[in-house]
Amino acid sequence: MKKVFIIILLALIGYFLVDTVYNIPFGENRIGSIESDHPTVAGYYLSNTVEKSRVANVITAIVVNYRGLDTLGEVTVLFLATTGIASILYRRKEEEEDVERLSLPSSMLIRTGARVLFPIIALLGIYVFIHGHLTPGGGFQGGTIVATGFLLMLISYKGFNTNHNIMTWIESIAGLSFILIGVWGLISDNTFLGNIPEIGKLNSLLSGGLIPIIYIAVGFKVAVELTGILDILLKIKPNK
Amino acid sequence: MIILVVFIVMALILIAAAIYSIMHRDLLFAVMGTGIVSLILSLFFYLLQAPDVALTEAAIGIALTTIIFIITIRNTSRDEDEIIDKENEKL
Repeated sequence: MKKVFIIILLALIGYFLVDTVYNIPFGENRIGSIESDHPTVAGYYLSNTVEKSRVANVITAIVVNYRGLDTLGEVTVLFLATTGIASILYRRKEEEEDVERLSLPSSMLIRTGARVLFPIIALLGIYVFIHGHLTPGGGFQGGTIVATGFLLMLISYKGFNTNHNIMTWIESIAGLSFILIGVWGLISDNTFLGNIPEIGKLNSLLSGGLIPIIYIAVGFKVAVELTGILDILLKIKPNK
Repeated sequence: MIILVVFIVMALILIAAAIYSIMHRDLLFAVMGTGIVSLILSLFFYLLQAPDVALTEAAIGIALTTIIFIITIRNTSRDEDEIIDKENEKL
């Protein structure tokens, strides 16, 4: 009886998946434009972003400007996840002393490689989130790349410690600056996270108004939060 | 034409890695399977002209998620049957 029920459910899911996907024409231009009979939001973004927001990367303009409030929500979700993990797993100073992050010391090959690669990875991550408005990528991507670099150091050196005080400060300042920039937009443009696109000229590093500043704040916040999660997770004592 | 062949080969590897990671009883190998799935998915995103998503998938899917799973395996058990047995004992 149970198996019949499962098969019926699977068949229903399959039917609706096929029914939805079947009618989508594959390989056709579905973005549309604002000039056609059925103007689309995607077409509006594609034809107006470069002119109005002065950002070369349209995706960044959508994520930070048009859907800026959603991005603030995403950052909040990540912050809450970090807080949850920290509140469950964080160890106080006294307990911390007998915690071994690595049960075995890593080999010299890994340690030397990590020392050479860490600055390059961090630089790539910082490049990605500073150039978020010009090239693909942005705060989230750059932040995770920086966190990957820190991960490499955390798993190869026993003595490499992250300072939780500094990390908390960076996180708070980045989160606050996001909201303060939003309030600034509220004052100058009458909308929360409104942009001031007149600053700078298109395709240069200094363009897009407030978008790069917000993305740099997001990049720092994501990098610090993910590094914190990894640091806390690596300090759990294996219960064997 | 050649891009179609590349796509089909990549899709086959992706499906094989996904099935491998579901079926394998040793969890460390299963996590490596999900890492391969993420790697090929990231290549797919890049080839389908979504470099932003490809970057995210590369950093989160390949590096961070895999490492978090490996840390979890280190703190629990590598063998899937053993974990299931322990859970059954508790019940």
